[in-house]
Amino acid sequence: MKSIDFAPILAGLLMLALWEGLTRFLQVPSVILPPPSAIGAALVERGPLLLPAAGVTMGLALTALAISIGLGTLVALIFARIPLLERSLGPYALVLQATPIVAIAPLVIIWTGIENPRRAILILAVIVAVFPVLTSALAGLKAVDPGLDRLFRLHKASSTQRFLRLELPTAAPFLLAGIKTAAGLSLVGVVVAEFVAGTGATGGLSWRLVEAGNRLETATMFAALFLLALMGLALHAVLSLIERQMRT
Amino acid sequence: MQSESPIRLSAQQACVRFGRLDALGPIDLSVRAGECVVLLGPSGCGKSTLLAALAGLQAVASGKVQADATGGSAIPGVVFQEPNLMNWATAEDNVALPLALSGVEKDARLSRAQTALKRVGLANFSSAYPRTLSGGMRMRVALARALVNDPSSLLLDEPFAAIDELGRRALDDLVLEAKRDHHLAVLFVTHSVDEAVYLADRILVLSPRPGRIMAEIAVPNVPRDPAFLTSPAFADAAAAARRVLSAQLVAA
Repeated sequence: MKSIDFAPILAGLLMLALWEGLTRFLQVPSVILPPPSAIGAALVERGPLLLPAAGVTMGLALTALAISIGLGTLVALIFARIPLLERSLGPYALVLQATPIVAIAPLVIIWTGIENPRRAILILAVIVAVFPVLTSALAGLKAVDPGLDRLFRLHKASSTQRFLRLELPTAAPFLLAGIKTAAGLSLVGVVVAEFVAGTGATGGLSWRLVEAGNRLETATMFAALFLLALMGLALHAVLSLIERQMRT
Repeated sequence: MQSESPIRLSAQQACVRFGRLDALGPIDLSVRAGECVVLLGPSGCGKSTLLAALAGLQAVASGKVQADATGGSAIPGVVFQEPNLMNWATAEDNVALPLALSGVEKDARLSRAQTALKRVGLANFSSAYPRTLSGGMRMRVALARALVNDPSSLLLDEPFAAIDELGRRALDDLVLEAKRDHHLAVLFVTHSVDEAVYLADRILVLSPRPGRIMAEIAVPNVPRDPAFLTSPAFADAAAAARRVLSAQLVAA
């Protein structure tokens, strides 16, 4: 069994203790920087409000991730099959990737309609998360071992056999690395989109963050941030576990 | 006896071109069932190209190549320079690949893969992944894969070049065993004169590009055992092959 590395846990506890000690010793106003104990208290007190909101944000992020995986893989497959299409559309995909999501958000909100914030948030999160999936899946599909490729040609493999037995297993580790990046980005995409959409209609965590900010409840803001970080870590941990399983 | 056996691999005036470059031929060649023909020649002379053409992986510009499948699989068994194994699959699944691609149902193909693995001395490694196997063992898996669908001919392209002397001899013996037991037509490419003499019934020495057959050296039909390696017959055949290769060097 793998032993637990206590170094980051100790480092974390030390930083929290330092934070707690300094804010108390320097009497930093709680509205500027609350001590960890106050953040913990806010987490307990506001838990009934924050946890459902975290659930909404996580649900949106997972949906965006699922759409990104499907869409990214599908487009990668099409690009791998039709290189002309990749050459023609690849640069435009890069343009979309390079454009800050905050700048695209108002347009998407107009197009989906202000009454459909969930749809707008999903679209924006997918725009952010789809590219790592697309590029890694495409790299994976192109990484087929030429020797194995020759072997499949020798045995006259059909395109379905080739895809299922050669391309997909070759691309899987690349795809998973892309999905790991996309998982974090889908969460970032949802949070940014919720901010930009500026509506509480979805009831997501960033709306609670904005709400707490407007009320100068800094400890609640930190509690919401803590939950967001926890969600990101959870996603990363699950995907790392899958990656490890695939390697063994 | 071999002269009465059916021809399994043949090339008639076969030429291969890469663009404007003449890569091979014209070349005439035939390998009979139960016969091992070894191709020797300088790098780039087209030995691998000829093998690829016979395997159906390379089109000929003119002439004809044929791998006759009478009594065996329509596809020749091929072992490339690298084992080319699927890292994500077990040795058993790697060996069973040709059967899976030709639609053989799972139980039957795994049973045949087991038999093929046993044949190459890897019966206890069926569930091992390639990364856990040595270079020699990986090449044995590749050989088992080439034999699993009962081909009538076997094409080997410098398969054991990266393997140590003892391991290589053991693998050469496996090829000879497969040839004898299954009456296979074997076409083997190597750079090693000693390996060529040990394996071959006939050695064909190719010229520099575009490869043509410069000489044919018959190797006496005597048992291939350690004593053969130190016999006058071995030394004579090896000397004859080296003379032709040296003459090419001088001419170049």
